[in-house]
Amino acid sequence: MSLYPSPEPALTHVPVKTASRQGSSIYVSTRAISVLTLAVLLGSWWLVTAFEWVEPLFLPPPSAVLEKAWLLMTKGYMDSTLWQHLGASLQRIGLALFFAVLTAIPVGIAIGHNRIARGIFDPVIEFYRPVPPLAYLPLIVIWCGIGEFSKVLLIYLAIFAPVAIATATGVRTVDTAKLRAAQSLGASRWQLIRHVILPSALPDILTGVRIGLGVGWSTLVAAELIAATSGLGFMVQSAAQFLVTDVVVLGILVIALIAFALEMGLRALQRKLVPWHGQNH
Amino acid sequence: MALLQLERISARYPGAAEPVLSDISLALGPQQLLVALGPSGSGKTSLLNLIAGFVPPSAGRITLDGAPVNGPGAERGVVFQDDALLPWQNVLANVAFGLQLAGVARDEREAKARDMLALVDLAGFEQRRIWELSGGQKQRVGLARALAADPSVLLMDEPFGALDAFTREQMQELLLQVWQRSAKPVFLITHDIEEAVFLSTDLILLAPNPGHIVEHLKLDFGQRYSAGESARAIKSDPRFIETREHVLARVFSQRQSVREQRA
Repeated sequence: MSLYPSPEPALTHVPVKTASRQGSSIYVSTRAISVLTLAVLLGSWWLVTAFEWVEPLFLPPPSAVLEKAWLLMTKGYMDSTLWQHLGASLQRIGLALFFAVLTAIPVGIAIGHNRIARGIFDPVIEFYRPVPPLAYLPLIVIWCGIGEFSKVLLIYLAIFAPVAIATATGVRTVDTAKLRAAQSLGASRWQLIRHVILPSALPDILTGVRIGLGVGWSTLVAAELIAATSGLGFMVQSAAQFLVTDVVVLGILVIALIAFALEMGLRALQRKLVPWHGQNH
Repeated sequence: MALLQLERISARYPGAAEPVLSDISLALGPQQLLVALGPSGSGKTSLLNLIAGFVPPSAGRITLDGAPVNGPGAERGVVFQDDALLPWQNVLANVAFGLQLAGVARDEREAKARDMLALVDLAGFEQRRIWELSGGQKQRVGLARALAADPSVLLMDEPFGALDAFTREQMQELLLQVWQRSAKPVFLITHDIEEAVFLSTDLILLAPNPGHIVEHLKLDFGQRYSAGESARAIKSDPRFIETREHVLARVFSQRQSVREQRA
């Protein structure tokens, strides 16, 4: 009895009381708070423009932006519709992503698995990775001209580094017991890579792709602001030159939406491809 | 039939002055279940790693049916302490993994894997994900996986160490049944004295600094279980208790002498 004093009123009653107090007030979920925040932001945008506290030149009303969106989708701006600008941007990042994943994963596996490959690739990647891609864009333009190729190359380089580094990290942290288990079942070197190392590193690889796509998308838009004749960045930049603020706002919103969709899509992919990640197995 | 031989094996960690194991000689053949028992630091796991081929010995020779052991191979199956299953495969694919690596066709290897799952009482669990299994079930999948590759010998690294007492007893009985049916030599390491006495036909006691064999006992409690006697009856048999106390005293006296050496 004396060792285990029964936690009478003091411990049992207090939580019950707070719980009932919480129950009587309104419980708001985190998601609801987020939705509410967005609604307040949109509402104040509408309010500020509806009462004309701000010149439409600086901040057009939401309705104008929506109208413009319709116009852009059907008629277009600067010789191309919104879809064409969007398509140009997506094609660039899609191509760059495809080639980056195709090359960065083998390179990452080599870095994580092989001492010599690490010696070769590590300094190269670590040298160029911290440099903002826009800083070496001029050099790429001098070497490869101003066409599609240099833009894809730029984004490719921006995506390559994070994917390769994440893959190498994933490969290096593979559970030794799993490797040994496969070896004692007769796995060859290639079978180890194919059946143990690659799936083990997959969560890290997907995280690398997520980071890479984030960097790639911002690089792409920035590159289009500087040197392009199509694409979302180009659309925003040329609209800004003529002070067509609604197109600028619309462009920014579309860019943000795409970035958000890419992130959400990859998270869904991660849940689907690596359901064991985070499970205590 | 398989015969595993260790001749005057020594091992040391790279850079370490003191060896982990010194002058170990052993033979393990069919119908044998050899248990290595010892306190932590006595080199139990190192011994298993040597036999599995994960690390090379610094001196001595390990042979399996006369062929020297060079690196890991499918003829020496290993069951690990933490199951080491592949979470991206379901239970069936995990068990069939060894056969998949050997290039066996899907139908054939899945049929074999089903048989092995039935052998460890896990029929019906084929499509489960690894993280949906309990600790005991995972260890049974690990055992089925090792057996499916049809190794000549089975090596077990504290396979029941992480299980609760009740599940552990079930697993010990299951192991004896499987061992009896497959007739494969088994090398098992543990730090559980009762487990060691109950399971082994051959019990070796290891002492640390450096790891060496201090006693080699021939026991028959596992065989009595296989012959149909109940586990409870065996474990309450005065001879079992006597053997257990003897082993306990030996382990204890070692610990005492280690402490005196240090003092």
